[in-house]
Amino acid sequence: MTELPLIGEAVAVAANPRLAGARIGVVTFPGTLDDRDAVRAVSLAGATPVALWHADTTLSDVDAVVIPGGFSYGDYLRAGAIARFAPLMSKIIEAANSDAKLPVLGICNGFQILTESHLLPGSMIKNDHLKFMCRDQVLRVENNSTAWTGDYAAGQEITVPLKNQDGQYIADEKTLDALEAEGRVVFRYVGFNPNGSRRDIAGISNAAGNVVGLMPHPEHAVEPGFGPASLDGIGSSDTDGLGFFTSVLNKIVGGAK
Amino acid sequence: MPRIVVDVMPKPEILDPQGKAIVGALPRLGFTSFSAVRQGKRFELTVDGEVTDAILAQAREAAETLLSNPVIEDVVNVEVVEA
Repeated sequence: MTELPLIGEAVAVAANPRLAGARIGVVTFPGTLDDRDAVRAVSLAGATPVALWHADTTLSDVDAVVIPGGFSYGDYLRAGAIARFAPLMSKIIEAANSDAKLPVLGICNGFQILTESHLLPGSMIKNDHLKFMCRDQVLRVENNSTAWTGDYAAGQEITVPLKNQDGQYIADEKTLDALEAEGRVVFRYVGFNPNGSRRDIAGISNAAGNVVGLMPHPEHAVEPGFGPASLDGIGSSDTDGLGFFTSVLNKIVGGAK
Repeated sequence: MPRIVVDVMPKPEILDPQGKAIVGALPRLGFTSFSAVRQGKRFELTVDGEVTDAILAQAREAAETLLSNPVIEDVVNVEVVEA
C-alpha cells in the first residue's frame, strides 16, 4: 500500500509541467502558521512554490508572492506592525508598486501586514464580539478582475475557512466609499458578518488589482476531503479556495480564462 | 537615564474592546461612577545620554511610523521624563 502524502508536506504534488515555470513565493515570518498550507496550495494549483524568509533581501525572481496567515511576532504591538518592517517586505512593497505590478496576496495576518505596509488601505481591529472565531464562511466574489480572482465568476459565492481574532476591517467612510466606487471591495461576507467588518468587507485590492488581502483562508480549501464540505461529505466547496492560486497562475502565464 | 514617554490611544470613533471589557467589570467590583473606559499604550524609550531636539524628533517620528497606526490610533503625548 502506498502511503498518502502528509498534508503538511511542503511539496507533495508535482507541479504541472506547463505551469511549473511559474514561481510563487510564500513568505515566512517568525510566528507565521499557514506557510506550509500556502506552499501546498501553490503546488496543487500547478506552480512551483518558493519559500521566502522574512530576512531575505531578494525576492528570488518569483512571479507572485503569498503572505500567509499566522501571528507574526506574536501580534505584538499590533497585528502585522513589526513584520511590515522586515527586510523582505520593503522588496515586496517596491515590487508591488513597480511597473511590473508583482501580484501579492495577503491572507489573514498577511492582510494585516499589507494594511500596515499601506499597500492596502484601512486596518484590522479585534472582532466586535471579542472572541476568536473559526468557521466555514461564505464569501461573494465582488470583483473577478484582480490578479487573484480571474478564475471566479463575478458574484460567485465560495466557502472557505475563517479563523481570526483581529478580523474586523475598518476604514473611514471616505475610504470605504472610494473602495466601493472603484470596485476594490473584492470579497464580502454572505449571510453572516463574523467580525463586525465595515460593510461586510472580507477582502480588498489596491487600485491596480495586483495586491489583494482578505481575512478568510482560501489555502485551507484546496483539496477534496480536507475543505469546508468534508464535514458533511465531499462537495465542491472543498476546493473553493484553489481559484486564487490558479487565477494568479493564468495571469502569470497569460493563459486564457 | 532619561526616558521619552510616548502615549498612544485608540481613536475616539474606534471600538476599544479592552476598555469596553474593563467598563463592564468595574461595577461588579462596586466602582459605579465610571461610564466609559478607553485603554491606550504607554511606551518608554530610554536614551543613553542627553535628550537632544534631534533625538526627540526621532522619537516623534518613531511614534508616528511604528508605535502607532494612524488609521486606528492617535499619538496623544510625547514627553521627556528624567529618571
